[in-house]
Formats: sequence, structure tokens, C-alpha cells
Amino acid sequence: MGNHNLSHLDALEAESIYILREAAAEFSRPALLYSIGKDSSVMLRLAQKSFYPAPIPFPFLHIDTTYKFREMIEFRDRTCSELGVKLIVHTNHEAIAMGANPFRLGPSKCCALLKTKALLDSLSQNGIDAAIGGARRDEEKSRAKERIFSFRDAFGQWDPKNQRPELWNLYNSRIDKGQSVRVFPLSNWTELDVWEYIRREEIPVVPLYFAKEREVVVRGDKLIIPEHGGERLSSDRTEVIRCRMRSLGCSHCSGAIRSEADSISRIIDELKAIRRSERENRLIDHDQEGSMELKKREGYF
Amino acid sequence: MRFLTAGSVDDGKSTLIGRLLHDSGGVYEDELASLQKLPSVNGFKFDPSHITDGLKAEREQGITIDVAYRYFSTPRRKFIIADTPGHEQYTRNMVTGASNADVAVLLVDARKGILIQTRRHAYIAWLLGIRNIIVAVNKMDLVGFDPEVFARIRQSFMEFASPMQLQEIEFIPISALEGDNVIAPSGKMPWYEGRPLLETLESIQIHENDSSATFRFPVQMVIRSGQDFRGYAGTIASGDLRPNAEVLALPSGRQAIIDRILNYKEDLDHAFAPMSVIVSLRQHLDLGRGDMLCDPRRAPAPSKRFRAKLIWMSTLPMKVNEPYLLRHTTQMACMSVVKLLHKINLDTLSQIQADSLQCNEIGEAEIETHKPILCDPYTVNKTCGSFIVVHPISNATLAAGIISDPLAEDTALLSAFPAPAARNGDSQGIIVWITGLSGSGKTTICKAVHTELLARGIRVEMLDGDIIRKHLSRDLGFSKAERDENIRRIGFVAHLLTRNGVVALVSAISPYRAVRDEIRATMGRFLEVFVNAPLEVCERRDPKGLYKRARAGEVRGFTGIDDPYEPPLSPGVECRTDLESEKESVDKVLMAILKAIQ
Ligand SMILES: Nc1nc2c(ncn2[C@@H]2O[C@H](COP(=O)(O)OP(=O)(O)O)[C@@H](O)[C@H]2O)c(=O)[nH]1
Repeated sequence: MGNHNLSHLDALEAESIYILREAAAEFSRPALLYSIGKDSSVMLRLAQKSFYPAPIPFPFLHIDTTYKFREMIEFRDRTCSELGVKLIVHTNHEAIAMGANPFRLGPSKCCALLKTKALLDSLSQNGIDAAIGGARRDEEKSRAKERIFSFRDAFGQWDPKNQRPELWNLYNSRIDKGQSVRVFPLSNWTELDVWEYIRREEIPVVPLYFAKEREVVVRGDKLIIPEHGGERLSSDRTEVIRCRMRSLGCSHCSGAIRSEADSISRIIDELKAIRRSERENRLIDHDQEGSMELKKREGYF
Repeated sequence: MRFLTAGSVDDGKSTLIGRLLHDSGGVYEDELASLQKLPSVNGFKFDPSHITDGLKAEREQGITIDVAYRYFSTPRRKFIIADTPGHEQYTRNMVTGASNADVAVLLVDARKGILIQTRRHAYIAWLLGIRNIIVAVNKMDLVGFDPEVFARIRQSFMEFASPMQLQEIEFIPISALEGDNVIAPSGKMPWYEGRPLLETLESIQIHENDSSATFRFPVQMVIRSGQDFRGYAGTIASGDLRPNAEVLALPSGRQAIIDRILNYKEDLDHAFAPMSVIVSLRQHLDLGRGDMLCDPRRAPAPSKRFRAKLIWMSTLPMKVNEPYLLRHTTQMACMSVVKLLHKINLDTLSQIQADSLQCNEIGEAEIETHKPILCDPYTVNKTCGSFIVVHPISNATLAAGIISDPLAEDTALLSAFPAPAARNGDSQGIIVWITGLSGSGKTTICKAVHTELLARGIRVEMLDGDIIRKHLSRDLGFSKAERDENIRRIGFVAHLLTRNGVVALVSAISPYRAVRDEIRATMGRFLEVFVNAPLEVCERRDPKGLYKRARAGEVRGFTGIDDPYEPPLSPGVECRTDLESEKESVDKVLMAILKAIQ
């Protein structure tokens, strides 16, 4: 009989499918946090594979800050209706009505209200006991420490110094009422794995990932695609630059990178050569030392 | 390839990983830039260890608390590193990292030699089945790159490790800080003839996915689609599978033939570990989560008693005979430690007598579960030979378990209780657990529901607490332990009944939440009915005159009077017999049962 070996991508896929099924089997109300980016697109495909020929047994939840790119929202609505998945969209309307935006509040506070608070509220409103997210351990240092089933107390908070030991693939899913678990099926994927999988599986992604000439605001070494108006600094310049998004978030707070990569294969080549990290262009991550960990403790993804 | 780095605090793990990532191009420029803002060490332009310590508390205290996973690749291999802490108090996090690793890189400080943590980590790595160990003797720069030092450490490690059968131990002298023998051979140690660390990692052969291993497939969930598709989703734990293969379903003991193996939209003609697939069977067997498909010629031994090594990870010490939960493959069971055989002295690997395990201690124990576990020894099958111990109330993960030996006497259990074949049209069984104070109305509701079910042609049996106490539990009194034992017995009988498609109506005070939850956790289909009437009301009714006697002190330990009743936190049905009519209560219970069994 001999040995068979799964390819690297096949092994990652098998592990992720196992995790998704554990989440579906062990919790009464799981939901997939769908953020429209490349990782969410991969999760969507993995969720289809996990349960096919049955439909995906849990809803998708999108936390809409209203500052997302138009192309993202279009993509989200098209994808969900084509695939017939149940989509819950949640927005912290109260904060927005009170004028929450990154210019007035700064990215940290804005994120706390429009993302973290909105997320925790919608989880509790919908009684969700397992929130499945697409975070990868290679994204950021505090994420590198995250368990695959990551326990959250009744306030949605993470205690990084006191995580449950996680052995083999035996995930401890026991929680009391009000507590919840974040589940991370893509923990062991890298950014490159994600793109290689997207290429192999021909998974559709938001066109913003592909390079083309776009009108952007140049601020220092950041390129910002203007969408929702917003403030201009006197030093800002508007230019047409060939660029793409490497990581998608809110339009104000995610920068584009100069790039020629207009196809998945060219993105993969670019990544292999690139020397800068993926979240570099996310303003929010760099607010202060250890800022991602602080946000995560409070309940952020 | 997944490897872990381990060793005592300050032996240089973080530095080594930082070095590996940095020198193999795995650190991005902007990350490096933010690191260079931090103070430099020993005149080097950055401290590679800051690449990995990810939590604020870790950087503040300058130690590694939890496992950090890191990813890098070379043209030859993709690597996942589990960087595990060295502090003894965080040994459990080291175990977390080791449980999924193929190779262990153990760091030793050349000046200090083999420390207790080095031994502990070597032993744990070995216990968890890692057979390839690389001992990296670090900080060679601080001992003048002296070959004697290296040889001495090698010698003492070999003496310690000889009882463990390690496939391969490699010793490499390195300086993590300066990069000697990490990526490239070092000019400062010409006496070392072996390969540098990275090349060693790239070329290690890992013995995995051996498809001649015996087939094991724990069922994760049932997938239904349309009128007739019923498939079983799971990850192949070991071995391989083709359509038309004969398989044995456990614990039912029934054989079946594989019909299709599905992987999304395609059908496979061959699947092997560790693929995640969906299989369908030619025969209609009613399998569920926690069941297992396996090779009929080499089935695992269903055991209720087995020996296992426990790595205790909780500050709450292990106690003999305490009720715990056990998670094994895709199932949960109640368990307790019947006997602690010994614990291991990690300094000498010798066995010492003990009756409890403290945090971070390892011991060998005899475990009893209240339903059979489909287990293999860990050395034969990691998936079927491993389990975790969970606290039934706090839900904390208490220990890692490694099965050494299913005890033979229990292997006959399965054939002693073969499940009868389901007949067409049979409904499925369920345990209906009716709990409440004495006099709350349990028996009344139970009898009425019984009558209603019989009238509908449903097979049903009543297990009444008072009656069971006169027969099955005649030997038991009313202490907490005895009450719990009584409940477990009732649970066991009820479970046997449900396997035969019977609705088992249990009516028992069952005052303690933990044991009710324990039974619920291990039974597939369980409906908890809380018959709730205030104590005053029950006492006023006092149908058996017991409250009066308890108040008079003639009966001791009477629930509600001088022994606690712990109400269910989220019962399936709650009947307020002081507020609603008998018919209302009975209808509620009946509806819930009918809904559950259709
Ligand atoms: N001279 C020298 N110092 C080292 C070497 N490797 C690590 N160190 C130092 O040893 C200390 C502990 O290292 P660290 O990587 O944090 O250890 P850990 O606790 O095992 O992660 C730090 O001050 C390092 O700079 C080495 O090869 N040579």
C-alpha cells in the first residue's frame, strides 16, 4: 500500500473542513463572520465543501461599518444571493447617527464602536455561541498565539494569559450560557496559501485585489482610495496610480499598494517577492504597540 | 512540516526562531523596522527574540507565556513552528504545541547543560509521539565554541534519553544570536561535521500517513440532502478507504459496505488519512456523531476501563473518583480516575507512588468511563489513543490523556451488549429526565405521559426513582456519592433502553446538577424536564408524609430540607405544577417528546 501524502494545500483544506464541522456539530448557533475579503472567500468555499451536498448550516454575519468599499458590498450581495446563504448584516446605527467616523474619533475609537461593539451586540442579539472567523496566525503577533477554538467570556473578552490548553484536534467546546467561542479554521494558513488556494479552486474575489489605474489620495507613503468623502490634509495629493488592495477593510483606513499584479498568478508572484507585511497598510494596527492584542482582548476579531 | 522548539527559559528559543525567520527571509521589512525601535542587545542590531514574543505581558516580563505559531518556507519545505514556553508553570502550553508537532528542537544552553526543563520537555515530546528530536546546543559563542562542552552535553543527554526509544536524535552546536550553524555552516566550529539546523529540518523524514495503518473514521456529523442522501462526514484518522470496502460501525457492531466517498462535487475512488470526506453506506445504519467506522478485521477495543498517562494541566489537583468529562475523538463521556498507579519523576524517569497529580505532573492512571470508548493505544493510533479531561462545571481543560492500554476484561463488553437491528418504522429512543423536589408532581406527570405515548403506539418504559431504589440500588444510601451512583445506574439502564428505540421516562429527584449534566453530556438524545413547584407547596402536599418526618428530624439529608436541590439551568421543558393544570404540564412534555423522536 505504501504512503500517501496530501499536498500542503490539501492538508490545510482537510484541517479547516474538520474545524468547520466541529463548530457546526458542537454549537447550537454558530455563524460565520463574513468580511468579504480573500480569507472570507476561502472560508466560504471551505464551508461549501464541508457540508456538500447539504447547504451551509449556519448564517453569515457581516459587520458593516458603512465605510466599506462599494465594490465589497456589491460583491457580498451578489455572492450571498447566488449561493443562497443566509446573510445577517449588522451596523451600529446609533454610533453612526451620532457621527462616528475615523476623522472625528481616530481609527481606534471608530473601530471600537463600529466593529467591536457592533460585533458583540450582534452576537448577543442573535444568540450566537460560536463565531467563525477567518483570522490567520501569520497575520499579526498576538494572533500567532490564538487557539483554534478560542474562548470568550460573557463580555466577549479574550484572556490571552489564561487560554485553555488545546491538544491534538480535540477542541474543548464546552461553554456556559452567555459565553462564546471564536473559531478560526484558517489558523494555519499563510497569505500565500490563501492565494494559491484561490487560484486552484478558481474562487471569485473582490476586484479591488487586482491592480489597475485608480485615482488615489497620496498621504505620506500611504495610498488611499477615496470613497466616502472624508477629510483632506493640506499635504494630500490626488494622483492616478496603478495599485491594488492587499487587505480589505474600511476605505479610509486601508491603504492600497503600488502594484502591477492584475491576475491571481501575478499576485502570487508579487507576494513571493514582497518584503512587507500584509497588515502594514491597516492604520488601525499601528495605533500603538500591542494594539491588536488590546483590541482582541476587548472582543475584536 | 510542523516542529516545536522547547527547552528551559533563556536557553534561546525565541532568539533561534527569530534567527531562522530572519535569515530565511520570513520577516517583513516593516516588522523589522518596528523591532529595531526596541533596545539592541549585545551590540547586535536587533534582538531576534522580539519577532516571536507576541503578547504585551510577554514583552513586559521578557518571557514566553503561550505557544506562538510561526510560518516560513524554503524552496524545499513549508514549516510551521510552535514556539513553546520554557517556564515550568507554562508546561501545559508546551504540551499544546507538542501535540501537533512532528519534530522537536530542544534548546540547551551550552553553559548550563541539561536542566530539569530540558528533560521534562524531552520526555513530553517523546510521550506525545515525537520520535525525531534535534538537540540544539546554543550559545556556543559563550563557551568559546569548545567541542568538549558540546561532547559532554551530548553524552549526558544520551544517558538520560536511553530509556526512550527515539528514532533519531541529532545534536547541533549553534549560536542563535550570531547565526552559527543555524542556516549556514559555521566557520567557528570546523570540528562539527554535521549539517546546520535548517538543512537538518529540511531533510528529516517524517513517518506519517501510513496507509497500511488500520482504518479508523470517527463520525463527526450526519449530512442529509434531499429524500435519500444520508452521508457521514469526518476526517480519516488512519488508514485508507475505497468504495465497496466492508466496514464495521461501532458501537453498534453492525457491518456495512461503503457506497460513495464524496469530496465536494466529486466522488473519490480512494481516500486516506488525514482527508476530510463524506461517506455513504449501502445499508441504512443509524449512525451519529461519536460513532466510528473501522476495519472489521482490526476493530478498536471498546473499553470502559483503560490505562492512560495523564499530563495534568490545572491548578486544581487531580482527585481519584471525582467525576470528570472525557473528550475522545468526536464523543464525550463521563469518566473518573479509579486509581493513580504512579507518577513520573521527570529528573530520573523513575516511577513514584502518589495519590494525586498537581499541575504539570505526569502520572499513569486507571480510568473508568461510563460508556465504552473506542480506543487504540496512542503509540498505534494518535487519534484514537488520545483524549482530554474536562471539568464538568467550570468547563476547563484539566489534562491531556494518552491511552497506554485498554484493559482486556472489558473488550468482551461490546459482544455482551450487541445492539439489536433497528426495525423499519421504529421511532428513535430518547431519555426524558424528569427532575424536581419530592411532591412536585414528577410521578403524576410521568404516568400520564406514559399513557399518552402508549396510546400512540410508541415504545416507552418508566424508571421511577423510588422503585429503582428498592431493586437496582437497594445497596445505596443518600449521601452525595450514593445519590450520584444511583443516578448513574438509572442513566445506564435508560441508555440501554434508548438503544432499542424505547422512550425512557426517568422520574427521580436527582438533586445534583453535575451528575444530571454528566448524563446529558454523554447521551445523544436527552430531554430534561424540570417539574417545578415551590418547596412550601410540595411540603403542603406531602403525599408520602416525608417532609413531616424530615422536619421532625426522623429523616436526615432530605432534599429541600437539609440537603440541596440544584435546579436545572436550562431545562428542555419546565412544568410549574403550582400554576398550571396537570393537563397543561403533560401536554408540554408530550409535545417535546414527539418533536424529538419523529
Ligand atoms: N551569547 C548568546 N546569547 C544568546 C544566544 N541565544 C540567545 N541568547 C540570549 O539569551 C537570552 C534568552 O534568549 P531567549 O531567546 O529570550 O530565550 P527563550 O526564553 O528560550 O525564548 C537573551 O538575552 C538572548 O539574547 C546565543 O546563541 N549566544
